[in-house]
Amino acid sequence: MLRAALSLLALPLAGAAEEPTQKPESPGEPPPGLELFRWQWHEVEAPYLVALWILVASLAKIVFHLSRKVTSLVPESCLLILLGLVLGGIVLAVAKKAEYQLEPGTFFLFLLPPIVLDSGYFMPSRLFFDNLGAILTYAVVGTLWNAFTTGAALWGLQQAGLVAPRVQAGLLDFLLFGSLISAVDPVAVLAVFEEVHVNETLFIIVFGESLLNDAVTVVLYKVCNSFVEMGSANVQATDYLKGVAYLTAEMASLSAILAVTMCGLGCKKYVEANISHKSRTTVKYTMKTLASCAETVIFMLLGISAVDSSKWAWDSGLVLGTLIFILFFRALGVVLQTWVLNQFRLVPLDKIDQVVMSYGGLRGAVAFALVILLDRTKVPAKDYFVATTIVVVFFTVIVQGLTIKPLVKWLKVKRSEHHKPTLNQELHEHTFDHILAAVEDVVGHHGYHYWRDRWEQFDKKYLSQLLMRRSAYRIRDQIWDVYYRLNIRDAISFVDQGGHVLSSTGLTLPSMPSRNSVAETSVTNLLRESGSGACLDLQVIDTVRSGRDREDAVMHHLLCGGLYKPRRRYKASCSRHFISEDAQERQDKEVFQQNMKRRLESFKSTKHNICFTKSKPRPRKTGRRKKDGVANAEATNGKHRGLGFQDTAAVILTVESEEEEEESDSSETEKEDDEGIIFVARATSEVLQEGKVSGSLEVCPSPRIIPPSPTCAEKELPWKSGQGDLAVYVSSETTKIVPVDMQTGWNQSISSLESLASPPCNQAPILTCLPPHPRGTEEPQVPLHLPSDPRSSFAFPPSLAKAGRSRSESSADLPQQQELQPLMGHKDHTHLSPGTATSHWCIQFNRGSRL
Amino acid sequence: MGSRSSHAAVIPDGDSIRRETGFSQASLLRLHHRFRALDRNKKGYLSRMDLQQIGALAVNPLGDRIIESFFPDGQRVDFPGFVRVLAHFRPVEDEDTETQDPKKPEPLNSRRNKLHYAFQLYDLDRDGKISRHEMLQVLRLMVGVQVTEEQLENIADRTVQEADEDGDGAVSFVEFTKSLEKMDVEQKMSIRILK
Repeated sequence: MLRAALSLLALPLAGAAEEPTQKPESPGEPPPGLELFRWQWHEVEAPYLVALWILVASLAKIVFHLSRKVTSLVPESCLLILLGLVLGGIVLAVAKKAEYQLEPGTFFLFLLPPIVLDSGYFMPSRLFFDNLGAILTYAVVGTLWNAFTTGAALWGLQQAGLVAPRVQAGLLDFLLFGSLISAVDPVAVLAVFEEVHVNETLFIIVFGESLLNDAVTVVLYKVCNSFVEMGSANVQATDYLKGVAYLTAEMASLSAILAVTMCGLGCKKYVEANISHKSRTTVKYTMKTLASCAETVIFMLLGISAVDSSKWAWDSGLVLGTLIFILFFRALGVVLQTWVLNQFRLVPLDKIDQVVMSYGGLRGAVAFALVILLDRTKVPAKDYFVATTIVVVFFTVIVQGLTIKPLVKWLKVKRSEHHKPTLNQELHEHTFDHILAAVEDVVGHHGYHYWRDRWEQFDKKYLSQLLMRRSAYRIRDQIWDVYYRLNIRDAISFVDQGGHVLSSTGLTLPSMPSRNSVAETSVTNLLRESGSGACLDLQVIDTVRSGRDREDAVMHHLLCGGLYKPRRRYKASCSRHFISEDAQERQDKEVFQQNMKRRLESFKSTKHNICFTKSKPRPRKTGRRKKDGVANAEATNGKHRGLGFQDTAAVILTVESEEEEEESDSSETEKEDDEGIIFVARATSEVLQEGKVSGSLEVCPSPRIIPPSPTCAEKELPWKSGQGDLAVYVSSETTKIVPVDMQTGWNQSISSLESLASPPCNQAPILTCLPPHPRGTEEPQVPLHLPSDPRSSFAFPPSLAKAGRSRSESSADLPQQQELQPLMGHKDHTHLSPGTATSHWCIQFNRGSRL
Repeated sequence: MGSRSSHAAVIPDGDSIRRETGFSQASLLRLHHRFRALDRNKKGYLSRMDLQQIGALAVNPLGDRIIESFFPDGQRVDFPGFVRVLAHFRPVEDEDTETQDPKKPEPLNSRRNKLHYAFQLYDLDRDGKISRHEMLQVLRLMVGVQVTEEQLENIADRTVQEADEDGDGAVSFVEFTKSLEKMDVEQKMSIRILK
């Protein structure tokens, strides 16, 4: 997707540039006054080239991924370098001169920062700081060691006469070369190690080292370079001292690369907390895309640059010597440092780790850019150095990159294991941290845990307060975070598996307090919590206040959402800011219709439920009216029974939950056929009669018309007998009115809808608590009222419902109802996946608040 | 200070403590030094007050419980008891696992004992189970005020239910161990200086 978008982006640019390129030949002599075609290449050159590079890079990546076999064996970086070589060869053959070099300026200013920022941002910070000691040691000491030993050894090699005398370089030149060739390159390391999947500690050490040692390398390079430019004869002893001072100062003030890394590392927490979920995804993918593009372009340019033979001069002794020395000293350095580090480390690095670390020391574009930057007049051996660097980079990236995967496999390096976080782990990990911090206090040793504890407290007290939104700060707790991610995951797996998961993960806890709405509470909590995350706009969640009110609100919305979802389609504005939501809605609708179809097939007997839900989405069909009629008939049946109005709440809930369940496993194409008609066939006479009535908006027909015969559902499903038909009653009211309203532009008249809806209701025998219902119809459209009237309107679920029922029902029905209640509750929450429900709700909230 | 530590070389029962806890002589000396520093009135034992004096412990959410864990019985803890608790956090070394003598009791710093130490911080009533209520209490300590009580209850429910295998609504030690079986407890419950 991203690639496609990129290439799309590139196309207009390319088009703009290409158009003029074709034209200039055709007009022989352009009319003097009006110049139709102009050669505008210079105006578009830069963006055109950039776009072209990105386009080629994207294409290359796509092509590489066409063949899984190749990419699984060969790292992408190798392929890109090879591609660059080929492209460079073509350019060289066509233009007779090498073009498009990897310019150091471009590299350091444009290509490197995205990669470094990306890696800093996605760096597992805990792991990074846990291993900070080792990383810093390898980065600073290791790099210095590599630079000096390699430089000195090469100089020794030259003294021994193994390097051709035409390489004019002194000790300082070699030290300079050693400093630039010594740095392990983050881009190369990342590109290779991301595909290798070694264990986290190993990865973070190698990668962290490669990120941090750039700072050391660049500084060292600058120092050496200034020495070289002064000329070795002019360097006094005091200058070395100055150099050391400069080195220290530069390291203290840190390099830009390090700064960007730290920026990414530091800002992640606060950035993520402050922006919405959607923006978080955007940030994530933008960064990844930029980094990926930059990386691709770097490797390709590396390949292309290597073709330019005018820039480099070959000396076998130097090249071979360098290769051997960097490998050897890297390994030696790693072994020595690890030995020292292992004296202090809790978990020592074993031999295999050391092998991988030594072997993973890939050199890359940083070294190349630095060597290109050398001044030829000051460093006469520059061409040789360039050639050597290219060979070293190619060797490490291609040979080592190719072989490291088999090596890791062969050595049986501990791979990284991915296990899903569990709440227990998260909680206990925190406990352990606290315990360790406390024990360090007791022992009186202010170690790592002590300082981390300190930092966390500081962060909590000041930084987070300062940098995070209030609400985000509240939500931002790690345990909480895991909890909520778990919920999302459950929801997803619930949806995937067709809704049989949640019941097994046991939302019904024996340990849960026996409130009168145990199950319902847990469901709504789940809904609410996962809602807070899956919601597109966090602000929306903030409008929902805490406690039971919120639950009630959610429950209420749940009910209403089931009833009015499809209608919202008409309200959706065409603003381009809401695109995704519209799509979501359409999806909802499709799913919904499928569900209805399915439901009809499987629950043919439970007509009334289907009827009410089915009839909503398609207001213009005639079949709908018939259905209404049936629904109405059933409704009047219900009235005959004289059940409390509020029972419906619970029933509607179950209906909704069934939908949810079916939504989960429905994935076929939409088929909006008249299931309603099929279903209606069983009660034709009533339908015909009622159809007219409902069509004329006489919403509530008199009970006389319909013979109060129980439906199949009532016979077969005991729990439907008392409540199902009532559900129909309510729903039939709404369905009947909605379509008519819609046709007349119902948008403005929710209140008129109420007025239409209520009269028939009032005629019903027992309607003690009418207000909740009309409110219910109103809520989804006006969710902003939500906080204002929390309890009074939505408090009807089971607890109240039970009360109403017991009031109205005969005593004989009572035990049955009480039996049903747990069943209903259980059903509710087993069926209601937080995720599915959430998606609806978010949309509703947003829509409401924007309207 | 230097004279003090040389003086402290005579730790009562030093050898037996070392055998039991596995601490090196140096660590034991260091701990003894610390012990006496904490013991303000030179009474030869520590009381809860002594530990509560440690400033940073006061802000530790689990501070009270950890202090409590030093006093399994009674109001005072002597040096061997003090060291015994701390021995849980000695890093696991190779020789510990190699010289595992079936007759000898498990070393205090074994994975099991480390976990058990954490477990008993949760299990306030010492019935061998972390009930939902106990879990909730810990959560309340750890999560802080930003999360509402209701949400905490949900998390507690979820946590218990996640680990609870036999369905008794509480987390037994076995279940506790199992829920952490993927975690590197030996590493996470060790302090490097306590060798």
